Amino acid sequence: MRTLRARLTPYALIFPGGLWLAIFFVVPTLVMLSLSLQSGNVVDGFAFTWNWHSYVDGITTYHDQIIRSLLYGLAATVIQILIGFPVAYWIAFKGGSNKSVYLFLVLLPFLVSFVLRTISWQFLLSDNGILLGPLRDAGLLPQDFRVLATPYAVIGGLSYNFLPFMILPMYVALERIDPRLLEAAQDLYASRMQTFLRVVLPLSLPGVFAGVLMTFVPATSDYVNSSVLGGTNTTMIGNVIQNQFLVNQDYPVASALSFTLMALLLIGIFVYARALGTEDVLEVAAR
Amino acid sequence: MSRGLFRGRGLQIYTWLVIAWLVVPIAVMILFGFNDTKGRFNTTFQGFTLKWYGQLFEIDALTQALVNSLLIAVLTMVIAGVLGSLIGLALGRYRFRGAALLTLVMFAAISCAEIVMGASLHSLFITLGMPEGFPTIVIAHVMFSISFVAVTVRARVMTLDTSLEEAARDLGASTWDTFRLVTLPMIFPGVLAGSMLAFALSIDDFVITNFTAGGTTTFPLWIWGVTRVGIPPQVNIMGTLIFAAGLLIAVGNIIAARRRRA
Repeated sequence: MRTLRARLTPYALIFPGGLWLAIFFVVPTLVMLSLSLQSGNVVDGFAFTWNWHSYVDGITTYHDQIIRSLLYGLAATVIQILIGFPVAYWIAFKGGSNKSVYLFLVLLPFLVSFVLRTISWQFLLSDNGILLGPLRDAGLLPQDFRVLATPYAVIGGLSYNFLPFMILPMYVALERIDPRLLEAAQDLYASRMQTFLRVVLPLSLPGVFAGVLMTFVPATSDYVNSSVLGGTNTTMIGNVIQNQFLVNQDYPVASALSFTLMALLLIGIFVYARALGTEDVLEVAAR
Repeated sequence: MSRGLFRGRGLQIYTWLVIAWLVVPIAVMILFGFNDTKGRFNTTFQGFTLKWYGQLFEIDALTQALVNSLLIAVLTMVIAGVLGSLIGLALGRYRFRGAALLTLVMFAAISCAEIVMGASLHSLFITLGMPEGFPTIVIAHVMFSISFVAVTVRARVMTLDTSLEEAARDLGASTWDTFRLVTLPMIFPGVLAGSMLAFALSIDDFVITNFTAGGTTTFPLWIWGVTRVGIPPQVNIMGTLIFAAGLLIAVGNIIAARRRRA
């Protein structure tokens, strides 16, 4: 009796939370898949008809936005690695007893609402705002110079908003590196560059991997940055999905597009994991 | 000998520059809560004033949105805190069939694009004909917070020594007493950290809320709605107060951790 009870304990523990995830995460994904294959409209109702046209229509109409999202997401991710790695490295190796303070400073933006932070940048970068106005008046910038409504503003906003998600996992990986490994490499006459490239960098890759996972997905699927900082020619697939779902109420096309986005992100992660040669992606990412 | 490969102050200066970049928008938000703005647009600094702090709750819709956000965050913290902790305990302590599947689902929920989760839930609610509003926002927030709580608690559970619980049972404690008096106090720091994470995720969420809110407004949704017309200084102040509260809690944590170490 006791053994049966012991065997059932974990199931009792996971039951309520597992059920919640099943009903409100797994089932909705399937409902959305079904919706993407339905035809009809919001007035007359929808019916399941294996209607693949929503995919064809959605992808042909919005392929520019899909490609743009992937490019912006990729650009933001690369920028974040370049900006974030040295910071993570310095905190991990030189932070001393103040490591937690530096990390805390890096995480400060998370204490302010994501939307509010983005609006703050809109305000800072506005055409006659506190940055561009004086520079233009002083003749340092051409009269028609602007940052808002350009791809640079959107990619910059994406890089800013998700940077802490990149720095944190890279820091965790770098911090775990045993300093004796660096000493050993130097004792074996490796130059500083060789030590960095052949000891530090490989050992930090799991952190970089986790960071990319945590930043590429939200950056690619974002619509806040491109709405607030971008213009009509920086529309991303997230904007289209949001608009189709909540304004046009063309549910089949909207579902087809978000399913396509999900598939692209999954494929991207898979290809990336294979290219990196990570043995157990789940294992690394779950850590 | 100092750790690391590179000497000099270059990297240190660089790190401080990046931190400054991260903090600039926050400083701007705080500063413009003190702006003596005359018109609708709070865009140029026209002098220092505290008057907006006195009129903090004058915009009823904004106040309601903030109250909604806080209520939703507290409910999410409690529900996701309990459900997620139970999962974390199960995954950290027991080996059982289905654990790998559950971990996979949780990992998918953590790494899934927010817009896809929001759109899926919206699809479910419109298919069921379920009206969206306060309850559906809570459902959504609990859904995306559970996995984060579970992962946090699992990490804590895995570091624990099971011999203490065995000792309690050897001394005649019942299963429930062992849990209440031994296990729970030991995993509590993880439960607390996970629940606070759920609160933070909930109060800041925009994307999933946007898809599940119906006519209900939360703090981020209200800000989003007035972006084109202009943000009133009250928003800056509320943002500043939330920031200050988070700062106090975090600094308190760091100091407490230092004391424990010392």
